[in-house]
Amino acid sequence: MKPLIYLDNNATTPLDPRVLEAMMPYFREKFGNAASRNHRFGWEAEQAVENAREQAAAVIGASGKEIIWTSGATESNNIAVKGTAHMYGEKGRHIITQVTEHKAVIDPCKYLEQQGFEITFLKVDKLGRINLDELKAAMRDDTILVSIMFANNEFGTIQPIAEIGAMCKERGVLFHTDATQAFGKVPIDVEAMGIDMLSASGHKIHGPKGVGMFYVRRKKPRVRCEAVIHGGGHERGMRSGTLNVPGIVGFGAAAEIAHREIDREAQRLAKLRDRLWNGISEEVDDIYRNGDPEHALPGTLNVSFAYVEGESLMMGFNNIAVSSGSACTSASLEPSYVLKALGVGEELAHSSIRFSLGRFNTAAEIEQTVAQVTETTNKLRAMSPLAEMAAEGIDLKSVSWASH
Amino acid sequence: MSYSDKVLDHYNKPRNIGSLDRSDPSVGTGIVGAPECGDVMKLQIKIDENNRIVDAKFKTFGCGSAIASSSLATEWVKGKTLDEAMAIKNTDIVRELALPPVKIHCSVLAEDAIRAAIADIQKKQNGDNGDGQASAAPTITKASAAACPQQ
Repeated sequence: MKPLIYLDNNATTPLDPRVLEAMMPYFREKFGNAASRNHRFGWEAEQAVENAREQAAAVIGASGKEIIWTSGATESNNIAVKGTAHMYGEKGRHIITQVTEHKAVIDPCKYLEQQGFEITFLKVDKLGRINLDELKAAMRDDTILVSIMFANNEFGTIQPIAEIGAMCKERGVLFHTDATQAFGKVPIDVEAMGIDMLSASGHKIHGPKGVGMFYVRRKKPRVRCEAVIHGGGHERGMRSGTLNVPGIVGFGAAAEIAHREIDREAQRLAKLRDRLWNGISEEVDDIYRNGDPEHALPGTLNVSFAYVEGESLMMGFNNIAVSSGSACTSASLEPSYVLKALGVGEELAHSSIRFSLGRFNTAAEIEQTVAQVTETTNKLRAMSPLAEMAAEGIDLKSVSWASH
Repeated sequence: MSYSDKVLDHYNKPRNIGSLDRSDPSVGTGIVGAPECGDVMKLQIKIDENNRIVDAKFKTFGCGSAIASSSLATEWVKGKTLDEAMAIKNTDIVRELALPPVKIHCSVLAEDAIRAAIADIQKKQNGDNGDGQASAAPTITKASAAACPQQ
């Protein structure tokens, strides 16, 4: 059997062995509840949690006091959107976000719409970036929150975060960014970028699943969010519940490793990603790179392969793990709404593959991937009626397909 | 979702890939589906003087189940008369390939493709394409409602 290659790091990442090692004592002898104030078990656990807070805060230029622990970025996004809305709801009922956000931001926004809040979903250009003039025009006197993701999980485009932050500061609107894909991969500075709230996830940085972080600014301005989970007032009243100590220790360790190696790793990944793109595009025609090649996560590559469908491609890369924007691969049978927002044509949305590289990918794996992708694409093109029609000079856009 | 062995077999060793001459009066061509649905199948049949299908070829844009469904369809129509081929049901394909519920529409599209190819040949026999010239652009047959999952 061919060795397995994992190129789906934007979905989740393998746990770094160093992180597992840091976590183990907190599963074994250091099992205390961090809220137990009266004995060593509790103090030890609390110490570990506070240490992890500092490790996490260092990645974004914040103070440990501004870090809240959650069950993951989805929960952090829920607090950011719903918690802010309920806390500041008397001041205003308008929120601005954008169409390529993760569902963990979009769905809470839709939920608030049912409660009478107004949400503006900014469009993106074909590289996936929002337009700053449109953001400016969308801001109203009753806008209480702007939530724009730092980098997109499907195609890797990075938004103009510092400019958005500056605009929000000027208008006195809170700025939240879902940094799940960017945390530990590209430099983040909440002061310089004017960020008031930020979400991050453990299992995207070679840390454990089930733990996330929520940064909430304490000064200039002091931000407060209403809790989504009540029950004891932990985490400054913003998130109750016994802390997942081993998970948090893991998050901290993962954050520290990522922060330490951030520049070198970004360079290494960008080189591998570029080799993957160049390697495939040298061998295969009619492929398109989705997203902004200039403002992009170093390890993400999203490609549409004209005339062949995404799931059939993945079947052909049978020892390589990737994901696709094709409808066939989603439970709802709808193609990726994110790719549609980029204006990628319908048939190209079905033909897209996302390669997301990580710490444990090697140059040898990339070479194997180039070979496998080339072989599979050529085989499927030989089987494709669309490739045949294109070769005959038929403009596929002019064909009137059975419309539904 | 993992694939049945038969689907994998058709994907790895597809039967009857290719094209027949569309302008040949004994060839029927059916093209069904739409790129925006993620599924397009072209199925062609060649008949002898007794209206028996002697050759069949296919090309498909679609997932593994769609490829397997159309590959199987070309296997099954060979040797059948047009009437016998019309009797092929998508449920037979589902059973043979062990398709999960979410992939049933692929089998429906394959059944549509068979029927479209037969309809094309019958049209030729009735003299609509009497001059034997292929049309400039392929005629796409409207797929049945069950074939497009986004209905």
